[in-house]
Amino acid sequence: MDNASLEITNKNNRLFLVFAGELTLYNISKLQTKIETLNLDQSEEVILDFSKVTFFDTASALMVYNLQERTSQSHIEFQIVSAGKDITDMIKLIKMHKDKTEAIKRLKKKSYLEMLAQLLYSKYLGFLSFMAFFGELFINTISYIGRVKHIRYKEILFEINENGIKAISIISITSFLIGLVVAYQSAYQLKLYGANIFIVETLGLSILRELAPLITAIVIAGRSGSAFTAQIGAMKITQEIDAMRTMGFEPYKFLVIPRVIALMIIMPILIFIADIMGMLGGMLIAYKDLDISTTLFIDRFSDVIAAKHFFIGIFKGPFFAFLIAVIGIYRGLGVKDDTQSIGINTKKSVVESIFAVIMCDALFSIIFTNLGI
Amino acid sequence: MKYIIEVSDLKTVFGDKVVHDGLNMKIKEGEIYGIVGPSGSGKTTLVREMLMLQEINSGTIEVLGYNISNINHIQAQELRQQWGVLFQAGALFSSLNLRENIALPLIEYSDLSRKTIDEIVDFKLSIVGLKPNDASLFPSQLSGGMKKKASLARSLAMDPKLLFLDEPTSGLDPISARDFDALILKLRDILKLTVVMVSHDLQSIYDTIDTLAVIDDKKIVYEGSVDNISTFDNEFIRTFFKGYI
Ligand SMILES: Nc1ncnc2c1ncn2[C@@H]1O[C@H](COP(=O)(O)OP(=O)(O)OP(=O)(O)O)[C@@H](O)[C@H]1O
Ligand SMILES: [Mg+2]
Repeated sequence: MDNASLEITNKNNRLFLVFAGELTLYNISKLQTKIETLNLDQSEEVILDFSKVTFFDTASALMVYNLQERTSQSHIEFQIVSAGKDITDMIKLIKMHKDKTEAIKRLKKKSYLEMLAQLLYSKYLGFLSFMAFFGELFINTISYIGRVKHIRYKEILFEINENGIKAISIISITSFLIGLVVAYQSAYQLKLYGANIFIVETLGLSILRELAPLITAIVIAGRSGSAFTAQIGAMKITQEIDAMRTMGFEPYKFLVIPRVIALMIIMPILIFIADIMGMLGGMLIAYKDLDISTTLFIDRFSDVIAAKHFFIGIFKGPFFAFLIAVIGIYRGLGVKDDTQSIGINTKKSVVESIFAVIMCDALFSIIFTNLGI
Repeated sequence: MKYIIEVSDLKTVFGDKVVHDGLNMKIKEGEIYGIVGPSGSGKTTLVREMLMLQEINSGTIEVLGYNISNINHIQAQELRQQWGVLFQAGALFSSLNLRENIALPLIEYSDLSRKTIDEIVDFKLSIVGLKPNDASLFPSQLSGGMKKKASLARSLAMDPKLLFLDEPTSGLDPISARDFDALILKLRDILKLTVVMVSHDLQSIYDTIDTLAVIDDKKIVYEGSVDNISTFDNEFIRTFFKGYI
């Protein structure tokens, strides 16, 4: 195979390139570097000799074409001698297609400013479409609630089971572990100061107010948000959504609102369960590590933890649920007619809903603190 | 003569690509109207526009007397209950079994008893040639041909006046395809349907279609009977009907 060679000689500023052997894509890379590093400054003419070439493929033709382009740019004479018809035809073919592709490339080249403007414009369109989605959701919710007969109890219960009841175990385990970890870490610090009993305040405040709602929301975003996007996205690809529309079934009434309502109902209940499990985890560590009996823990708990902290945590539930459901469904409806789009949108839906939940939580923190609650 | 669908001076643009420009079309009551044309000529797009799944850029489309770009929500719902659509891949609701798929519009739009609805479903299943015990199957458990039949049964659930079919015989073996053609002809006669059909299947076009429309170069270049097609000079028609004319 490796029998391609190139000999370069310079006579009175005329460069002779004598190729020999089989020029194929397997063995021309060495010749290519030779040609690319060639100094053409002094030359007036480049002459390519193909008389000893036995085989010539498109990669070699491309190499010759590139050299020719270089010479014509620096106004150097270019000549091909003793080339068979195969070789000249091949070079012509390359030239023809190069011209075409280059014309298209030039058309597509954009300035950074244009690209930036396009990016901003597409973000703006995305924002508009999200607003349009909210508008549709709002109008449909109003007409939905107006007609009690049309409320789809069966779908709502189905979604409650899928997204709530079946999530209880994972949420219980997760929040139990979180309670355990938080208690364990604080126990170490509290022991140093002999302030063992304050474990109750630490846990009560952090779990009821912040950790249980957030952990629940994050688990649900990963579990239900992604499921909503994938389900609805797949229904878009199989044209089920189109079929619904042509039958006069508003997807908002059939797919969107039952899911949003179901999640908003079930979320506070899940947070309540997370509260219990988190505190249980804490109690276990308090007992093992700090010698605080469960009775003492519970007595202290009812003394120092005001009920408002619990209610604030529960109150966040429907808001988090709304954000997760709406983002998941919006992303699902945004799926285009290809499978890749499902993956992209599912990823976006999970990331965006977790982000939205955390933003919302931060907002609540500011509001509640300013209200003095 | 009464027209069920009238399209005039339709223009459709995607980005900077013009798909339809000055397209006119008239579909008579009770006929089977076929649309053919090269790939990418905008047949599916045209049907989607008639179904209000896609906005039009300019021109008008009238379906069953409603101007669809100027229609309120209630009229749109009325219109949607008068047509049936068979999508290319069936588009059956994957979370429901066959019986529930067909019963869904009946449950939503009527106050018939569950028993009556079941009887209607059985009847619709049997006219498209499915067995009663197929009714409990889910769409994922059906073959391609069964999906088409089931989807046809669903589109006939509300006794529509107008039936849209996008490539009904594509993906079927020749025998099932001919059966399907015969079924469409039979249904047209029994149920007095008007059928709008996009097709690439020459045999099906010859067997079923009353009026043929050829879309090429953004317009309808031919609208008339299949028998006269040979008198018309167009490159797509010549290649498409090669051997037949
Ligand atoms: N959503 C869309 N966005 C951009 N362009 C589109 C979109 N839908 C269709 N098109 C373009 O519109 C043209 C017509 O498409 P359409 O699907 O109607 O063709 P068709 O006649 O049904 O073709 P086929 O026979 O292959 O099914 C195509 O060139 C396609 O690229
Ligand atoms: Mg099509």
